[in-house]
Amino acid sequence: MLKKQIPLAITFITGVIIVITFFIPHPPFGRLQQDALTWYSVIFGFTMLLGVDSLVRFHYRKLRRREKGWWFSIIFYGGFLLSFITGVVSEVRFGDAFNINSSFMYFYNTILIPLQSTMFALLAFFIASASYRAFRARNIDATFLLVTAVIVMLGRVPVGYMLWHKLPNLTSWILNVLQLGPMRGIMIGIALGTVAMSLRLILGIERTYLS
Amino acid sequence: MILFILFSTITVKAFDTPNDGGGSITIKAYNVPETVKKALVYRKTEGDTTYTLAGVMSILSYRYVDADSTIKNGKPYYYRVDFYFPDTVISVVSDSPGIAYAQWYDKSKTSSLIFLIVFSTLVLVFIQLAKKDPEGLYIRKIPALDAIDEAVGRSTELGKPTFFVHGLLGITDAGTLAALTILRRVAKKVAEYDTPILVTNFDPIVMTASQETVKQAYTEAGRPDAYNEKNIIYLTYEQFGYTAGVDGLMVREKPGAIFLQGYFFAESLILAETGHSVGAIQIAGTTAKEQLPFFVAACDYVLIGEEMLAASSYIGREPVMLGSVKGADWGKAFLMGIIGIGVVLGTVGAILQSAGNGALMNVFEKILAFF
Repeated sequence: MLKKQIPLAITFITGVIIVITFFIPHPPFGRLQQDALTWYSVIFGFTMLLGVDSLVRFHYRKLRRREKGWWFSIIFYGGFLLSFITGVVSEVRFGDAFNINSSFMYFYNTILIPLQSTMFALLAFFIASASYRAFRARNIDATFLLVTAVIVMLGRVPVGYMLWHKLPNLTSWILNVLQLGPMRGIMIGIALGTVAMSLRLILGIERTYLS
Repeated sequence: MILFILFSTITVKAFDTPNDGGGSITIKAYNVPETVKKALVYRKTEGDTTYTLAGVMSILSYRYVDADSTIKNGKPYYYRVDFYFPDTVISVVSDSPGIAYAQWYDKSKTSSLIFLIVFSTLVLVFIQLAKKDPEGLYIRKIPALDAIDEAVGRSTELGKPTFFVHGLLGITDAGTLAALTILRRVAKKVAEYDTPILVTNFDPIVMTASQETVKQAYTEAGRPDAYNEKNIIYLTYEQFGYTAGVDGLMVREKPGAIFLQGYFFAESLILAETGHSVGAIQIAGTTAKEQLPFFVAACDYVLIGEEMLAASSYIGREPVMLGSVKGADWGKAFLMGIIGIGVVLGTVGAILQSAGNGALMNVFEKILAFF
């Protein structure tokens, strides 16, 4: 009983206070939302330990059972230990692991950032493959999509202007009128849905998050 | 003499910054000639003999907000602004001292307060109506939510695991909470069909909430023994590290069904296309409007924005929950009505203004300023 009632009471009180403080800038109310976010950050710091524990256990299980791709787990442990050791050493040596001359930042800049850039670069190829499927003129809707996409793409590059000087204007009209209207409709729907969900949470109607 | 008359018209006013928590004074200059190149704001208070530099005033708005940490509420501060012309510098002192105060009500948020009251009232009224007449509520079909059973069933038939991929925002995001609701439904089906599930998390708080959600779903399905906490894993807090981790798991495990739920950024298409390449049935849901086209292009079903937020009501089918959705719809209708009135008022006002009658346009502009 209390397992449900206490979290519901905390949610109600916190929710009402945060809503009220939105309209009251006077201290201490004006800062309460910021303070709540600071508390969230503290809780987040502790739960990060749970996250690391989950990850280490997951890879330990893969290694122990020799599951498919188990050797990736060795790479994980190597990377994890490298980050941990260089982080501690850099903190001791420079007083800040994020010092630009630290070994931690060296590995971050020379390994992690290029890897992240590589992942991001994959997006170009995935856009091509997804566009190919989406723009195939299978039916009237997809044909409209194809024609509109061709106009927008051509209108955004110099060759479009060369083909027809009013193409960039047509592109702007599609983006600012045809596209923006429905997009704003979706935005309004999301905003109202969020308010309705917040009300359900504050009033204790929505309880699925409590498990 | 002409220069003196020109510069003598410049006035500087210092006043409490409105609608704030105190500790801030706004300095505004009026009748400033366009030839000013730079304007520096100086401040002094009681006991000071000289002015000290407070900051640089914008020469576009001729407004400067002094929110220095030394500003105390209720204490008078005197300001001087030095206007730099091409050939001279003119100093103008504020006609009265500025005194900072903290306000108890932010007037600029009145429109938000009105809307909050109207919207909350509508939601509460429809919740009460739903309690009285549960049969009178209609909610349109949401194919993506109806397809959950189909996706898990297909995954079971193929003997493949089901993947649930959380978005990149934390538990404070409404979309993440909605994703947990959908996870509960998916996990219950997975438990009933006795097929493996893997839940990947970007945020450790969401991971702990997911573990509790899946555990509860397995209990509801009568299979608490089948629950394995190790299947709800945290990957990393790096955006593309998370993407690489999820993609790697997809390629190695080849899931039969993938649920991409939550708030995604640039990684949305990378995840969805990888899922498509392994032949999984994919159901995405996000409140990130920029990522919707990518999901529509790459996934089988998509929960578009508010559909995701209505998921708990749709799945639970409780009258009270459905009533809140109905109330939100009426709130939308109310907003559409306001927008419609605004469009008519603005259009007619602009036509009349061009004909020489600007009264309606003035009303329209006052309404715009209020919002």
